[in-house]
Amino acid sequence: MYIMQTAPAQSLYEQLGGEAAVDAAVDVFYRKVLSYDRVSSFFDDVDMDQQIAKQKAFLTMVFGGPVAYSGKDMSTGHAHLVQRGLNDSHVDAVIEILADSLREVGAPEHLIAQVAAIAESARAQVLNR
Amino acid sequence: MPAIEFEGVSYTLVEKESVLDALLRNGVKAVHSCKAGSCGSCLMRATRGQVPARSQAGLKDSWKAQGYFLPCVCHPEADISLNGVGEDAQLGATVTRLDMLSPDVLRARIHCDAPISFRAGQYVTIMREGLARSYSIASLPEEGELELHVRRISGGKMSGWLHDQARVGDRVTVLGPSGECFYVPGKEDQPILLVGTGTGLAPLYGILKDALQHGHRGPIHLFHGALHQGGLYLVEELRRLVRRHAQIEYTPAVLNGSDAEGIAIGAIDQVVLRRFPKLSGWRGYICGDPAIVRLLKKKLFLSGMASRDIYSDAFLPAAQTS
Repeated sequence: MYIMQTAPAQSLYEQLGGEAAVDAAVDVFYRKVLSYDRVSSFFDDVDMDQQIAKQKAFLTMVFGGPVAYSGKDMSTGHAHLVQRGLNDSHVDAVIEILADSLREVGAPEHLIAQVAAIAESARAQVLNR
Repeated sequence: MPAIEFEGVSYTLVEKESVLDALLRNGVKAVHSCKAGSCGSCLMRATRGQVPARSQAGLKDSWKAQGYFLPCVCHPEADISLNGVGEDAQLGATVTRLDMLSPDVLRARIHCDAPISFRAGQYVTIMREGLARSYSIASLPEEGELELHVRRISGGKMSGWLHDQARVGDRVTVLGPSGECFYVPGKEDQPILLVGTGTGLAPLYGILKDALQHGHRGPIHLFHGALHQGGLYLVEELRRLVRRHAQIEYTPAVLNGSDAEGIAIGAIDQVVLRRFPKLSGWRGYICGDPAIVRLLKKKLFLSGMASRDIYSDAFLPAAQTS
């Protein structure tokens, strides 16, 4: 599924395999999130279909794909979770899970590092600071 | 360039323009958000013409089969007609048969004045004297009638009327069908799990018959949960079906009860996962109480079922549906 010849003109999203790669990764990623004690409680009372859609949007963003989030969206979207105790350790866990998931679906390490960097860049907004 | 017809008006696309952008450019107030095929908020339904596969990517197969697509990423090659979602026909109908399936559950058969196109497992809304309630369809289109299972709700107006006053020949209005919880042909060898509580059996019974009618070859396992044995119904019909089709397994389950022949005891999710701890490659249909549906979706997913293979219909109480 992953395109191996990495022409310089290709975006990160294209190098990762675009929407097909997001579709392949989303179940792997969300299953790990739900199974991971440190973060799973934040997902207890939400509908799975809505969550899958949100995870897809999240993965599209960190893959450098076509989803535009503003800082305000990110802060607003996570404000109720910050109130419930969402902190750096949870962001760390999600970034770790993200990298594990990408490894599992066969993404190369240098692209995983770029994805992690994009996820890292959203940390302050997610934690609203 | 192709033209799109929306609410009786035709709009011609300009070069590289999406269907959504064409509608917005012409002043149509179409709900939208990401404009990238991710969020799903602009979902529409094509009633004529072919939409490109790209505009249906990521949608459930049952949605694709009904023509749903995302106009924000839709660049059609030929003319199409489209609707906003939820604009369905309203039909007059007659009650043709009423019989009790259990002390609490009434089976109502309803014949529509005009042919109604539906899939077993979808739901219709029954309307009468300002009341509207949704019920899942347990019958196949070939049966010529809608079969609905109506549980008596304490103080429920529609269920009370259907249980106590309705007579064969009474008139109602039918709206719909709606819903995406139905059998999608293809992958005939895929194992199928049907899990429901209470009258969640209605859509599952319909889906089971539909799968058989379509020649599904894989195993089909039906789990029906109830609080106690009196809440189980259609038990003999289902056991007969099992005897006729080797691929079907049926497990009635009760939360509270003592051992009885062929009835599992325990919470429905535990009964299912005890029998099938690994569900990779399966397709699942889950219907009934919203809390149980939500829990089961998560548990089946964590047991390996792909999110795209999970179909569900949570029965919301009247306050949220009327």
